[in-house]
Amino acid sequence: MDYNERTEFAIDCFLLAGRIMMESGAETYRVEDTMLRMAHSQGMTSAQSYVTPTGIIFSLGRTQPTRITSIPNRATNLHRISLVNTISRKLTSSIITLEEAYDELKKIEKNNYMLPVFMQIIAAALASGCFLIMFAGVWQDFIPAMVAGGLGYWILLLVTDATKVKFFSEFVAAVAVGLVAALAVELGIGQQLDTIIIGSVMPLVPGVIITIAIRDLIAGHFTSGLARGIEALLTAFAIGSGIALALTIM
Amino acid sequence: MDYVIQAVVSFLASTCFGVIFNAPFRKLLYCGVVGMTSWLIYFVLTELYAFDIIHASFASAMFVGICAHILAKRLRVPMMIFNVSGIIPLVPGGTSYNAMRSLMENDFTMGVQYSARVFMIAGAIAMGIVFAEVFIQVMRKAMTKQKTV
Repeated sequence: MDYNERTEFAIDCFLLAGRIMMESGAETYRVEDTMLRMAHSQGMTSAQSYVTPTGIIFSLGRTQPTRITSIPNRATNLHRISLVNTISRKLTSSIITLEEAYDELKKIEKNNYMLPVFMQIIAAALASGCFLIMFAGVWQDFIPAMVAGGLGYWILLLVTDATKVKFFSEFVAAVAVGLVAALAVELGIGQQLDTIIIGSVMPLVPGVIITIAIRDLIAGHFTSGLARGIEALLTAFAIGSGIALALTIM
Repeated sequence: MDYVIQAVVSFLASTCFGVIFNAPFRKLLYCGVVGMTSWLIYFVLTELYAFDIIHASFASAMFVGICAHILAKRLRVPMMIFNVSGIIPLVPGGTSYNAMRSLMENDFTMGVQYSARVFMIAGAIAMGIVFAEVFIQVMRKAMTKQKTV
């Protein structure tokens, strides 16, 4: 490979790493740091990166190439972040070459490494029940909260697959949670409607996104912080209106 | 007894959230332990010492940040894995639910109050984690200075 080809290839590699991290919900400063470290290890010391939740700009400075990549959708996936982190660590301590790193990143890009769907649903159900107890609920409501939370999360996954509109799927999932909870209280299986709903919407609530948004703001990444804040606000709005609709129906 | 139950449920909840956020499978146990400890600190502070929710969230988050730093260094994984699972029990889910519900019911006075609270709690959590990072950096600098001298 001649010099030009090599630099272009390197930029592709760094951008791919950055994109996977951002798609998986990593903090902005982390992504910038990882990309710059990788660039420095390849002798590209004047590299610059500008990362936002919806796109990344990466430049090698001066007359050298600059590239953009866009990030259409984001979902928290810690396993992918940790894999990219391992690769960048190996690259910077020159255990692997740039080509090997690129191949491995390509592999990560194709796979989302999620556990089987039923495990996720069980996890969501159990988490809902546990949150109910943490928010001072009664044990009688444990089962209704589990059912509502598991069902809500399952519907979220199904509708997200079918429509690709995150806002809509969260809305539908929240409606389902509200209906199940209200039904349980109506039938006398559950007692406190509010606590059941709070417990079982927890798998949908964008708590981590809000915290990371503020984190970005404190770190000085104002664009990212605002973008993520709006994302969290939209999700909260979807959940709120979904629950409100369900309670009006009942 | 109350504390044992709270410990068990918060451990389970954090581990389950680790599964939902797809934390690396072998680190799930650590996620659960970090989440459990942070919730116990929060629980003891609010129940026993009658701390304000915001102060308790800050203290717990700072602990999570320090824990996450140590674990991440030792296990060679990104800090975020432990940060996220440690924060999960502190996230103001109930308050944000109340905020959304009041707004949807056209009760704007309460809605804005709850929203401000959510913002304050989330801000306290973020601040706790950032402060922990600064604290660790200062400690590390002090330690390396001691070694060189």
